[in-house]
Amino acid sequence: MKTLSRIYNVIIFGLLYFPIIMVIVFSFNSARYTPMEWKDFSLQWYEKLFQNEEILNALSVTLQVALISTLAATVIGTLAAIGIHAMNRKLRRVMLTINNFPMVNPEVVSGVAFMLLFVALAAVLPVFKPGFFTLCIAHVTFCTPYVVLQIMPKLRQTDGRLYEAALDLGCTPLQAFFKVTIPEILPGILTGALMAFTMSLDDFAISYFTAGSSAQTLSVTIYSMVKRPVTPEIYALSTLLFGTVFVLLLLANIGQVRDISRRSKRARR
Amino acid sequence: MKKKSGMLAAPFGIWMALFTIVPIGIVLWFAFTDANGQFTFDNVREIFAFDPSKGETLWNDSFVSTILYSLWLGFLTTVISLVIAYPLAFSISRATERVQLTMVMLVMLPMWMNFLLRTQAIKSLLSESGLLNQFLGLFGVGSLEILNTDVAIVIGLVYDFLPFMILPLYSVMVKIGKSEIEAAQDLGANVFSVFRRVVLPLSVPGILNGITMVFVPSVSTFVISTLLGGSKRMMIGDVIESMFVGEAPNRGVGSALALVLMVLILICMAVTRLADKSESTEEGGFAL
Amino acid sequence: MKDVITLKDIAVSFDGETILDGLDLSIHDGEFVTLLGPSGCGKTTTLRIIGGFITPDRGDVFFGDQRVNNVPPHKRQVNTIFQRYALFPHLNVYENVAFGMRVQKKKKAEIAETVEKMLALVNLKGFEKRAVSTLSGGQQQRVAIARALANNPKVLLLDEPLAALDLKLRKDMQVELKNIQKSLGITFVYVTHDQEEALSMSDTVVVMDGGRIQQIGTPTDIYNEPQNAFVADFIGESNILDGVMREDYKVEFFGKEFRCVDFGFEKDEPVDVVVRPEDIDIVEPEKGDLIGRVTNITFKGVHYEIIVDVKGFKWMIQTTDFHAVDSVIGIMIDPQEIQVMKKSEYSGLYGDYSSFSEEFDGLADPEAENGAAQ
Repeated sequence: MKTLSRIYNVIIFGLLYFPIIMVIVFSFNSARYTPMEWKDFSLQWYEKLFQNEEILNALSVTLQVALISTLAATVIGTLAAIGIHAMNRKLRRVMLTINNFPMVNPEVVSGVAFMLLFVALAAVLPVFKPGFFTLCIAHVTFCTPYVVLQIMPKLRQTDGRLYEAALDLGCTPLQAFFKVTIPEILPGILTGALMAFTMSLDDFAISYFTAGSSAQTLSVTIYSMVKRPVTPEIYALSTLLFGTVFVLLLLANIGQVRDISRRSKRARR
Repeated sequence: MKKKSGMLAAPFGIWMALFTIVPIGIVLWFAFTDANGQFTFDNVREIFAFDPSKGETLWNDSFVSTILYSLWLGFLTTVISLVIAYPLAFSISRATERVQLTMVMLVMLPMWMNFLLRTQAIKSLLSESGLLNQFLGLFGVGSLEILNTDVAIVIGLVYDFLPFMILPLYSVMVKIGKSEIEAAQDLGANVFSVFRRVVLPLSVPGILNGITMVFVPSVSTFVISTLLGGSKRMMIGDVIESMFVGEAPNRGVGSALALVLMVLILICMAVTRLADKSESTEEGGFAL
Repeated sequence: MKDVITLKDIAVSFDGETILDGLDLSIHDGEFVTLLGPSGCGKTTTLRIIGGFITPDRGDVFFGDQRVNNVPPHKRQVNTIFQRYALFPHLNVYENVAFGMRVQKKKKAEIAETVEKMLALVNLKGFEKRAVSTLSGGQQQRVAIARALANNPKVLLLDEPLAALDLKLRKDMQVELKNIQKSLGITFVYVTHDQEEALSMSDTVVVMDGGRIQQIGTPTDIYNEPQNAFVADFIGESNILDGVMREDYKVEFFGKEFRCVDFGFEKDEPVDVVVRPEDIDIVEPEKGDLIGRVTNITFKGVHYEIIVDVKGFKWMIQTTDFHAVDSVIGIMIDPQEIQVMKKSEYSGLYGDYSSFSEEFDGLADPEAENGAAQ
């Protein structure tokens, strides 16, 4: 039974990673437009990548949007989670339903809704002309719910008396908030922020409808390419991005695993 | 104190009102007005109308047929994902804490490779001279025409959304205690009884979450179908997209379609939620 | 009496750590057997071997005459009450109790009848439709008992079933469990780290430590005649001294010879001597066998607990009379209250009460802590 499930897991993970490995492999291919046919090993796409204005520009837009929207979503989401936690049952239900809405609403629908909103607003306020700003607004909107959802369970686990103890020991409400409440829910805030960042980087559909022509994200740029053959610089860039994340996650994972074995050793003693 | 901290959610409330509720309102407005801003049902009527004289039927060439086709592909994708993900999620949830962490990381990691590129890779895999057909050729199986068929779309969808099925399943299953399973064995349940009477009912919330997280995006996708399905047949997402950015845009009908899609998905989710008797709906998403 | 369960030379290790090391144990039909020991002594592992959740690395498990090493849990005629009950959260009280019978595809009427009987037995009539999460700890405990008994097991295994309950409830449940065991006449194998629980409920107590059985006996045997320093220290309070057996019925400690009731040792064999605190008489200094100075006195309700320094060795003595700190008193010990034991690996590990502090009494039990952390 055990070997059977192990074989099964290996197969599924293999299938999950096969296309990724293909992208990585073909970033080192020397051929140009033949879609994914191996010729020779070459690093030329990595060199050319750093001369490709369009791609570098898209990368910079993507990263800026992701950073800004992660920051905003984390602040708004953290405050919201604390606020919602303090509400009565009924109100909390309502707020959580609103919170869940962007996550369950089909992305196409959210995308066209944003597009219509921004077109309407731009008629009055020119800042809302589709571009970097609208991109950020859209990303904050669909990232925030993930932050809220990561923090809510942490708040439920915290002991409300800790905050009161801090007040009792002479903290002002603001001090108590920063010295007690925030540290308690910090893991939730961090995973929430990480998820927001991931979602923002990974997003295509909503960016597609809100980006306009002035500020294109990577995925929008890639989409405009996949219809014609993709330039292999994109493979090179994606390989670099994927490799970076892989190494970072690996390091985080090693850290966590060490933590666990230390804990279990202590427990055994 | 409690009253005051409720106000901390105010920025969130205002933001969400402005950027989720108002836009949906605008979609509603476009769906029910004509070019002159007059109230009309025409847009909605157009979606449900079909002209038999032009060969349009409920199953062909009409908006309704596109919707049914999308729902069907979404359903297939969801069922296949569930079947594939369930054993995997269960075996992750039974592993040691260390292995669990690593496996969950492995499930999430693919999301960091742009999905368009992954889909592109699948496209070349499935193509006539692709690796799959070369592989099948080794066994003497003739070249299969998978690309530009429904099968290709479903493969792409399952591939893309599988993590969204695995993670919610895992996060519920990991809470099933070893002792509950042992208690069932102790009371005489064999492997199948343990599964049917304990593991399955306890993982229902995860199944429902997973279904939602896979069904919604796969029904409404507008990229994967274009890339893998060719241009033979559109899914509803493609149609909506073309109504807004295509060559012959029609915002009224596009909005009406978006609305219909939204309502359909809400109905599907309400049905799934009915199956969930537990009170856990407040939780929503999945924990990492 | 017939043996229902026999364990022969059982050994188990996890990750290279030895959990059980050559364990032999026979459990008689209808007996209330308690496996008692500190956390990590192997008692829960022993229970899980009987339940079928662990296959031993070495040795045999017999149910009656049948070797059951490879019989899976669901085919064993024993049922377990788990540490944290392990009730099924998705089923109500009725369905929890009916679980085993549903699995066996029993008839509806029979199931209903048995569930009703079981719920009556554990005083939970009228709770059938309740969700288990709405029950108190004590009630959940009762559901767990009813669920296990509904399967009509020959042997009931109980893994620290009362550890999560508060003191008062624990005492009530002790009595109730004992009554259930007596009225049904089935064998109970009970695991606990609480010596009082073990002594008050069991027919037979199995004291374990380090993966080995230290002593098997009736509660009175275990208390009055501990076989080594570990048992003496673990069960109740003990003063454990180094002594020398001069001849039969004569043991020497503190440079003084005492009459005792033990015999059969070598001449001049070094031994451990145990004297229980309640078995020591306090007399005028000049009349005592030993003379000491009181260093601490604590009121315990029924008696005082005093610590007496005799030539640097701190005795614990329980007495109903008050003795002020720094007063000098004499000590007398009756011959039959002196228990002489052979030296063992535990000699020297336990001794006097020099590190005695009242706070130690209140220290949380490590195992209970572990349980709470799970």
